[in-house]
Amino acid sequence: MIDFKSTLKISINSLKVNKMRSALTSLGIIIGVSAVIIMLAVGNGASERVRSNIESMGSNLLTIRSASAKSGGVSMGMGSKPTLTLKDADALKKNARGIDAVASASTENKQLTYGNQNWSSTIYGIEPEYLYIKNYEVELGRKFNREEINSGGKVALLGSTVVTELFGDVNPIDKTIRVGNVPFKVIGVLKEKGSMGPMDQDDLIFIPILTAQKKVFGTDFPGTVSMIIAKCENENTVSMAVNDINEILTVRHKIGKNQDKDFEIRNSAEFQEKIKSTAATFSILLFSIASVSLLVGGIGIMNIMLVSVTERTKEIGIRMAIGARAQDIRMQFLIESLLLSIIGGLIGVVVGVIGAKSVQIFSTEMNISISLFSIILSLGFSGMVGVIFGYYPARKASMLKPIDALRYE
Amino acid sequence: MSLIEVKNLIKTYKMGENSFNALDDVSLGIEKGEFVAIMGASGSGKSTLMNTLGTLDKPNSGTYHLDGVDVLSLSDDELSEIRNVKLGFVFQGFNLISRTSALDNVQMPMIYKGIPEEERIKLAREALKIVGLENRENHMPNEMSGGQQQRVAIARAIVNDAPLILADEPTGNLDTKTSIEIMEFFVNLNEKHGKTIVLVTHEPDIAEYCKRIVRFKDGKIISDEVKK
Repeated sequence: MIDFKSTLKISINSLKVNKMRSALTSLGIIIGVSAVIIMLAVGNGASERVRSNIESMGSNLLTIRSASAKSGGVSMGMGSKPTLTLKDADALKKNARGIDAVASASTENKQLTYGNQNWSSTIYGIEPEYLYIKNYEVELGRKFNREEINSGGKVALLGSTVVTELFGDVNPIDKTIRVGNVPFKVIGVLKEKGSMGPMDQDDLIFIPILTAQKKVFGTDFPGTVSMIIAKCENENTVSMAVNDINEILTVRHKIGKNQDKDFEIRNSAEFQEKIKSTAATFSILLFSIASVSLLVGGIGIMNIMLVSVTERTKEIGIRMAIGARAQDIRMQFLIESLLLSIIGGLIGVVVGVIGAKSVQIFSTEMNISISLFSIILSLGFSGMVGVIFGYYPARKASMLKPIDALRYE
Repeated sequence: MSLIEVKNLIKTYKMGENSFNALDDVSLGIEKGEFVAIMGASGSGKSTLMNTLGTLDKPNSGTYHLDGVDVLSLSDDELSEIRNVKLGFVFQGFNLISRTSALDNVQMPMIYKGIPEEERIKLAREALKIVGLENRENHMPNEMSGGQQQRVAIARAIVNDAPLILADEPTGNLDTKTSIEIMEFFVNLNEKHGKTIVLVTHEPDIAEYCKRIVRFKDGKIISDEVKK
């Protein structure tokens, strides 16, 4: 019985004899494996980024806005006629089930000034729970206190973009900025959240909602808010919460059975699911492209092994004449193709990891995540390619008749 | 008991609609320790007989007993073992494995026999010494002369201590001087090491080294003489 070590030696020697050919054959696998690793790293990175973006948006979130007003049959767009009030928000807090927190907010774009710097940003008049629901954290300074909330204190929390634009390197705490013409004291700076697509989540300032309604926004509809946001207790209570909010607001706004509702509820989960499935599709697409190149690499191995079997027919005949059995010949060629694919695979892992890292260096915007799973997967896959595509040529070699193989020139 | 005992061998080749018998009812017995030359023109069936004796090819009918074993009833794997242990081949074209050192070539039959590497190297060196190539063990076939290559092939044929050596025109590619050298090795193997040797040749000079000459013509044995 022939031992494995000797067969391995024979195979290594045969590969060494044709160094260039072996290297080129492995190249197909190297490209395939490194492509799988890079593509999976890019795909996973994108998914992780999407996931963290979604988490920064706040999860299980419901956003209630006024339905679009119709003026002479022309839809004016969502929120164009404010119908929601602070009292609606209070009613939801008390009566809607499945809800963890509710906050209303009014927004308007205003010019901000500090010294000779100015910046146009979105002013959010908010109830304090808004920060909790949307996962905003105060990095510097403090949140609103009860007195400021109830009495319309002129205090502001700034997003990091606003701080950069207005203050540069100056510490903004306790400085006074102007919102339109109204002076506000900066009491806190928000922790950076990053952008969500084209939306900069840090280009905003928060002020108490009463202050906004009374002193900053000149609204035609006193007491109304732009939106109410609600955080559900967990994903299972979302549909119950949506039903309750629908019922409560329908009653409060005295909407008849055949009338259109004057509000709309948007569920963040639907949006998030869409983004997640888009990211997953993206990953699968990248992986399939990479797999195809691995497959092509495998066919390259088969091709070369077939050539090699034909070219070495005489050698096979000699080996058979001096006592090699069919299985010995089959094993020799199988190990050769396995070596080609495994060595190619290992080099591919190195190239793939380096490639993925350099993608990160050249494009800092891109998120790269190399997983051990992708390395094991692509190595296993390349080994499998070696066995599958090596088997046919190896079998062909082992089925040669000794006399025919010996006579082959 | 004879080492080789073939009876009524018939091997038919088909060429288009015609067929001819390369072996036409051949019977032959060879005892242990004999040194037999098989002679004949090309196409006379001598090579076909060698391939049959070497278990590389199967006849259409007849029987073949090697050392008492009914060879024609064996499986492919069993035939491989017979070739490995009982037979040593020496070919006209040397048939060494290219780009593989002399030592590795000689080790080859022992790999398939399953001998551990350390012992393999030891035995291979001994075999190379017998053929006088102990200083050439790391040479590749293309770095050696034809005579040297044939000596490596002889070392390979004897390394598993096979009792029977089949040589198919071993001097066909060699010049006269080298041919004489090679034939002296065969004589030595036959006389000193007790190997049974069957050698195919069409050169009368070469056949002169043998103790018995079997002549073929048209697939039949036409003469079988033992020299005194």
